[in-house]
Amino acid sequence: MPVRVLIVDDSSVMRKIVERSLRQAGLDLTQVLEAGNGAEALTVLQTNPVDLILCDINMPVMDGLEFIKQLPGAENAKGVPVIMITTEGSEAHVVQALSCGARGYIRKPFTPEQVKTQVIPVLAGKS
Amino acid sequence: MNSPKQALAAGNHETWAPLLELATREVFQLMLGSELTPSAAEAIASPTVTSMVGLAGQLCGVLSVHCDDKAASLMTSKMLGVPLEKVGAEMSDALGEICNMVAGNFKNKISGLGDGCMLSPPTVVTGSDYSTYALADSPALEVRLLFEGMPMTVSLQIHS
Repeated sequence: MPVRVLIVDDSSVMRKIVERSLRQAGLDLTQVLEAGNGAEALTVLQTNPVDLILCDINMPVMDGLEFIKQLPGAENAKGVPVIMITTEGSEAHVVQALSCGARGYIRKPFTPEQVKTQVIPVLAGKS
Repeated sequence: MNSPKQALAAGNHETWAPLLELATREVFQLMLGSELTPSAAEAIASPTVTSMVGLAGQLCGVLSVHCDDKAASLMTSKMLGVPLEKVGAEMSDALGEICNMVAGNFKNKISGLGDGCMLSPPTVVTGSDYSTYALADSPALEVRLLFEGMPMTVSLQIHS
């Protein structure tokens, strides 16, 4: 299935690693868009519809939790699943992210297999 | 297990050293595909790359990773899956992320700490003649390891 993805992380290295993990998970990435924080991601979405968003939590300007709170009112964002990828791995953070609308949660450090386990069901609409 | 504050007050936070080592090993194993080995040597004397992440909340301090240029370049190469000769300006970003992941992974291993401890964005210092000083009031926890045969030190300086 062709997938257009938006990767949101303030680290360009981490964005590259997430993209590589998605490809290793077998995803057919037709478009990979990047943003360095939540505000940039909202701007990217204005002109670029995507199928999936992977988002860090701790970022400058607008963090990942604020981003997913604002997402329902954003262009091209209706029904787009968001999976958080972050070092903030406590149960409270997971609950907070999921209650804000995230559909999955991946803790750094991660393996491509862990990315696959989270992403594939979400894209298949099972999660 | 004691809470982080109880552990600090009782002076038994030295028991966290194995957790710090495990947290570091996991980051290198999962993100770089590299198995770290213990080092019997002294801590790296003259690091040329130091990445640091501050901790605030129930545990205050600085977690830092020290190594030399050669090790930092190889870490970046392995992390990004690019040839060593292609590694450039992204080295600082990569080392900052490694330190960030070690700090996050470490705090998630300490019972009761994950929710009450925040991490700062990483800072990376490079150069040949520098020293770092933290206003810590406890002895630093230090883990010495070998990355592909090259020494690296992970240090946690705590301010209770």
